[in-house]
Amino acid sequence: MILSSFIFIPLLVGLLLFFVQQQQLVKALSLAASVAVLAVVLYAVYLPAGHASLSHSTSWLGSINSNFALLLDGPAKITTLLTAVSFVLIFLATWNNNYANSSSYYALMLLSMSGLMGVFLSADALLFYFFWELALIPVYFLCSIWGGEKRIAVTFKFFIYTFIGSVLMLIGIIYLYNKTADQSFAWNSFKAVVLTAKEQAYFFWFFFIAFAIKMPVFPFHTWQPDAYETSPTGTTMVLSGVMVKMGLFAVIRWLLPVFPDMSDKMANIIIIFSIIGMLYASLIAMKQDNIKRLIAYSSIAHIGLMSAGLFAGNTVAYNGVLVQMFNHGINIIGLWIVVDIIEQQTGIRKMSELGGLAQQAPRLTIMLVIVALANIALPLTNGFIGEFMMFTGLYQYNPWYAVVAGISIIFAAVYTLGMIQKVFYGELNTAVKVVDLKAMQWLALALIVAMIFVAGVYPKPLLQLGEAAGQVIATTVTK
Amino acid sequence: MNLIIFGGLLGVVMMFGGLLMKQKHQATLLATVLMALLLVLNSWELYHDPVFVVNTKDMLETTRFGLLLNEIMLAAGLIYFLLSGRDIEKVGNHVAEYYALMFFIFAGVGIATSYTNLLMLFLGIEIISIPLYILTAADKRNLKSVEAGLKYFLMGSFSTGIMLMGIALIYGGTGSFLLTKFSILGAPMSYNLVGGMLLVLVAMAFKVSAAPFHFWTPDVYDGAPTVFTSFMATIVKVAALVAFVKLFEGSYSIIEGKWQMVMAIIIALTLLIGNITAVFQQSVKRMLAYSSIAQAGFMLFALFAMNNWGKEGIVLYAAAYSLATIGLFAVLAKMEDYTFNGFNGFSKREPMIAVALTIFLLSLAGIPLTVGFFSKYYMVAAAAATGGKYLWLMILAMLCAAISVYYYFRVIQAMYFKDGEIVSSLPVAPAFRYLLIGVAAIVIFLGVMPQWILQYLYF
Repeated sequence: MILSSFIFIPLLVGLLLFFVQQQQLVKALSLAASVAVLAVVLYAVYLPAGHASLSHSTSWLGSINSNFALLLDGPAKITTLLTAVSFVLIFLATWNNNYANSSSYYALMLLSMSGLMGVFLSADALLFYFFWELALIPVYFLCSIWGGEKRIAVTFKFFIYTFIGSVLMLIGIIYLYNKTADQSFAWNSFKAVVLTAKEQAYFFWFFFIAFAIKMPVFPFHTWQPDAYETSPTGTTMVLSGVMVKMGLFAVIRWLLPVFPDMSDKMANIIIIFSIIGMLYASLIAMKQDNIKRLIAYSSIAHIGLMSAGLFAGNTVAYNGVLVQMFNHGINIIGLWIVVDIIEQQTGIRKMSELGGLAQQAPRLTIMLVIVALANIALPLTNGFIGEFMMFTGLYQYNPWYAVVAGISIIFAAVYTLGMIQKVFYGELNTAVKVVDLKAMQWLALALIVAMIFVAGVYPKPLLQLGEAAGQVIATTVTK
Repeated sequence: MNLIIFGGLLGVVMMFGGLLMKQKHQATLLATVLMALLLVLNSWELYHDPVFVVNTKDMLETTRFGLLLNEIMLAAGLIYFLLSGRDIEKVGNHVAEYYALMFFIFAGVGIATSYTNLLMLFLGIEIISIPLYILTAADKRNLKSVEAGLKYFLMGSFSTGIMLMGIALIYGGTGSFLLTKFSILGAPMSYNLVGGMLLVLVAMAFKVSAAPFHFWTPDVYDGAPTVFTSFMATIVKVAALVAFVKLFEGSYSIIEGKWQMVMAIIIALTLLIGNITAVFQQSVKRMLAYSSIAQAGFMLFALFAMNNWGKEGIVLYAAAYSLATIGLFAVLAKMEDYTFNGFNGFSKREPMIAVALTIFLLSLAGIPLTVGFFSKYYMVAAAAATGGKYLWLMILAMLCAAISVYYYFRVIQAMYFKDGEIVSSLPVAPAFRYLLIGVAAIVIFLGVMPQWILQYLYF
C-alpha cells in the first residue's frame, strides 16, 4: 500500500494537472505532490527491515505469471529517497520559471517521477520493463517541446538510443523467463535461474548494454551531452540527477544477482571502459566553454567511477556506490540550479562571455562554490565519503586501476575550479546584470548545501540504508 | 456460423435497403445498426448454439479462437463504420453497395476463421477478395483508384490461381481436402504434398502481404480511397492471417525444422523491407502501407512458433493493430494534406485528436502501457518459447521495432513540436473526437490488462 503510493500519487496528480489551467495552482499542486511523496518515502525508508509494508504484490497478468510486485530494499531506499528529494528541489528551484503551457509541463514531470519510482521498486521483470519505458516517454516530450534549439533531432537520438537498449533487454527478459523454474517474472525466480555459460555470455550483454546506455558508460555516452544541453533545465535535472541512476540501480538489482559469474568475469573489461570514460570525459570537460556541456561531461566522469565501483566486487565499493548515487544526484541538481539561474538572467551559457558575477550575486557565489567543492569530493562534503569508498574498493580490486582513475580527481578540480573562476571572478562583464537569489531558489540551494554538509560530516544514516544490501550483493558476486 | 449466414443475409438487406433510401447518411445509419446486430449475433455464439444449426459435413468448425477473432474484427468494423461513415459517403454515389460489399466480406471472414477444408479456405479467401477489388476501384473518376483496383485484381487472381494449384497438389498427395488429413497422418512426405503446401504458402503470403510477395501493397493501399485502405489494411489482413495460421496449425509437426527456416526467412524479409522502406516515405498514407507490411511481419511470428503464445499474440495483435490503424486512417481521411508536413502543428488545431493519434502511434511502435506492447511481446515470447535457436530472428524483430519508432514518431514530432500553417480545426463532429478518445482509452486499457481479452480464449 505504502509502496504503491510512491507510484500512484505522482501518477494521479500528474493526470489531474492536464486539466488544471491556473499556473500558480499547477505549481503548488506539483510541489505538494512531491512533498507528499517525500513524506511517505521518508516514513517507509525508516521502517525496520523485514517490515511487511516493504514489499507488496498484487496479481496482474495471472496467465503469464507476472505480478505487480514491489520491493523496497537497500538500493531502492536510496534511489527512491533521491527521486523524492530531487523532485521537491526541482520544483522549488524552478518555481519562478514560467513555461508555455505549464500544466502539461508539470504533469509530464510528475508522470516521469511516477515511472522512475516504478523502476526503482519493481520486483518483477515485466513490470520493471514497463516502467523502464514509461519513465522515458514523458521525458521525451518534455525535452522535445520545451527544449532549446535542435531539440527535435537531439531528443530523438536520445530516445532511439535508449529504445534500442531496452528492446535488447526485453529479449533477455523473455529468454530468462522461459528458463526460470516456475515460468515467472519474479525477481527471486530470475535470481534462481540457471543458465549455461554460453547463454550467460549472450544475455549478460543484452541487459548490460541497455543499462550502460542509460548510465551512460563510455562508449554509449554520445547522446548525453547534447540531451543535457538542449533539455529545459528542470528536465536536465531529472535526467542527470535521477534518471542516470536507473542504469546503476538496474545493474544492482537485475544484473549482478542474475548473472553473478558473468559479472565477475566481465568486471575487468567493464571497469577498463569505465575508467577510459572517466578520463576521456574529464579531458573534454576541461576544454568546454559551455557550462552546460561542462557539467554534462563531468557527470559522465562521475558515473564512470560508480560503474567501475559496481563491478569491483567488494562491499566497500558497493556501499560507496550506493552513497554516491544519492550524493551525486543532489550535487548535480545543485549545479544545474546555479546554471539555470545564470542562464535565465543573462541568457549566456558560454563561460568566456561571463565573469565577475561574484560582485553582483554574492549569495549565489557562495552556494555554487560549496556545491562545486562537493562535486570535486572535498572532505567534509558529501561527495567525499562515496568517492573514497569507491577508490578503496577499486584499489582492492586492482591498485593500478585506482591510480589511473585517481587522475580524474585532479581533472575534476581543474575544470570545476576553472568554471568558478571564469564565471564568478575576474573582470566584471558589464553587459550582464544578475539579481541575487530569489526566495524559492535560495530555499532549494540552502537545502542542498545543508544536505552536502550533513552527509559530509555524518554520513552514517545514509551508509546504513545501503549497508546490508552492499554485503548481500558482494557475497552473491564473489561467492 | 452466425457470422457467415447473417453476414451474407445482412449484405443482401443492405443492398436492397439502398434502393429505398434517398439520403446517403441513412445508408450509414442502417449499416451501423446492422453491424451492431452482427456483433451481437457473433457474441451470442460465444455462449450459445448458433441460431441456425447447419450440418457442415466437417467442412467448418466453430472454435473459440475463430469466434474471438471474429468478435475483434466485428468490433473493429463497428468502430470503423462509426468513425469513417461520413468519408465512405463521400467516395461515390453507391454508398449502400459499399456497405453491402463489406458485409459480404464479413461473411467471407467467418468462413476464413472456421474452415477445416481447403475448398472452404478457397471460398473464404475469394469471398473476401472479390468485393475488395471493387472497393479499391470505387472512386472510379480517380485514375489512381482504378489503376490500383486493376493491379490488385490481376495480382490477386494470379495468387488465387497459385493457391488452387497448391490445393490440387495437396489433394493429389493426401487424397483429401481436409486439414486433419494432412496433419494427423504424419504421412510419408510426397512431392505433391510438399509442393502443394509451398504453393498455398506463397498464395497466403501474398494475401497478408508478406515479403517477397508484398509488391502490390503500397500501390494498392495508396491508390484506393483512404477509407477503404483502412478496411483493407486491418480487418481483411487480420482475417487472411487467421486463415494462414489455421492452415498450418496442425501440419507444423510434419516439416518442423525446414518449415521454421522458410518462415524465418519470410519474416526477416518482411520486417526489413517493411520497416526500412517506411522510413523513406513522405506521405503518411504510404508510410502506413509499409508499416502494415512491417506489422504483418510481426504477426507471422504466430506461424513461425505455432504455440499458444502465438495464438494469444494473434488475438492481441488483431486488436492492437486494427484499433490503432483504423483510428489513424479515420483521421487521415479527413486531412487535406497526406504528407508528414500536413500534420505540422496538429496538436494546436485538434488537441484531443492529437492525443488519441499519439496513443495509436505509440501502440503501433510497441511502447508499454499500450496494447501494441503486449502484442509484440507475445509474438517475441512465442518465438522464444520454441527455444533459443532463432535468437537472431528475435533480435532482428526487436531492432526493426526500434526502426519503426523512427517513422511513427515523425508524425508525433510533426503534431507536437513543429508549427503548422493551417489553423482551422478539422471538419468533424464532436462525437468523432470523443469516440476517438474512447478508442484510445481501449488501447490503453488493453495495454494494462491484456488478460481481459485473452480470457475469452479459454473458459
